[in-house]
Amino acid sequence: MSREPAALEARGLVMGYGRRRRPVLRDCSFRLPTGRICALVGPNGAGKSTLLALAAGVLRPTGGTLRVLGAGPAEARPRIGYVAQNRPLYPQLTVAATLRLGAELNRGCWDRESAERVAYGAGLDPKATVRSLSGGQRTRVALALALGKRAELLLLDEPMADLDPVARHELMCALLAVVVERDTTVVIASHVLGELADVCDYLLLLEEGQIKLAGESEDLLTAHARLTGTSPDFAPHTVVESRATGRGHTALVRVQGPLDEVSRLVERPSMEELILAHLRNPGAPALFTGSASPAPSQEAAA
Amino acid sequence: MIEYRIDRGTGVATYLQIVQQTKHALRLGLLEPGDRLPTAREVVEATAVNPNTVLKAYRELEREGLVQARRGLGTFVTKSLGAAAAQSPLADELADWMKRARTGGLAREDVAALFSSVLEHEFTEGEQ
Repeated sequence: MSREPAALEARGLVMGYGRRRRPVLRDCSFRLPTGRICALVGPNGAGKSTLLALAAGVLRPTGGTLRVLGAGPAEARPRIGYVAQNRPLYPQLTVAATLRLGAELNRGCWDRESAERVAYGAGLDPKATVRSLSGGQRTRVALALALGKRAELLLLDEPMADLDPVARHELMCALLAVVVERDTTVVIASHVLGELADVCDYLLLLEEGQIKLAGESEDLLTAHARLTGTSPDFAPHTVVESRATGRGHTALVRVQGPLDEVSRLVERPSMEELILAHLRNPGAPALFTGSASPAPSQEAAA
Repeated sequence: MIEYRIDRGTGVATYLQIVQQTKHALRLGLLEPGDRLPTAREVVEATAVNPNTVLKAYRELEREGLVQARRGLGTFVTKSLGAAAAQSPLADELADWMKRARTGGLAREDVAALFSSVLEHEFTEGEQ
């Protein structure tokens, strides 16, 4: 299977801050094909923000490689929209001036309509200075800049964290409308699992600096099942998480071979259940579906 | 035009909700042959679901022969779904039955329970 350049492709990526400290990313390898909307999830300190900053070319890895849209992160920068967690903006500029700056820096490709729609959606005053804005309003402006740039890849670090529910929905709708038009690839680092499940079609689960789950949401879901029965033995399936419930035993398993639907209740886990089960059980083996394995030079993708 | 309402709490897959709501609209005559379904952009703009989910639902509807995608134009309804049922004698008979149930002292919940139990019994294949 010949592959076009991935949006992101990491091989043995290592990132440490200082020699004495444990690296934040350790031998991190994965692939994210273009055109996907990907959730990047993981516990606090798992390395989500570091991974995004590396992809945006803001940080340089200690080891390994990261290709972004088929190029090095620095070269790919003009094609990337990055909304960092601290929403770096010029505090003394007004919102209108910030957008003018965005237009100036991205001359020839600036999408004024999308940028203004996102920035002014909730009645934000164009003459307000960035300094005077609330956290959620800053997010709006930062997102407006990223969307106005017509980036091919959007890297959004906790974009929904400081937004109220109405703004969340509104901005997510605005984001998706732009994405569907331009076939943009999006990576959203977030803790809000429930909302992401409907928005994203790709998942990267990062745990202690390594990728534990990677692939199409649909494929990852079908690779797992929730089984309930009287026996505590779930072989041949790989148990991710199990517990006793009264007389029965229930487990979230990685399916290995046929499912016995006679003696057990077989249910399909939700994305949220799947993620939580893996977060609670860091010992579960890693799983990459075909399109998520970093391009094997010779052997065919599994 | 039809507007989809995605309920995240039901456990029904999102694409299936779109399929079911479209069929429901076809049955009620809210959608008729020739009508255009909203574009993927219009749906994601209103519901914040993944665009591929919308396309998956439309492919499913197309596979069932209910709609047809026309390149560059959109997705159009090609078939109505038992819109006749609403006007058939069956509708009158059911209304009549409901009236008798009500005058017979059955509460709304009783009727609903009875109705769905008979429905389950008659349509065991769980046809949507």
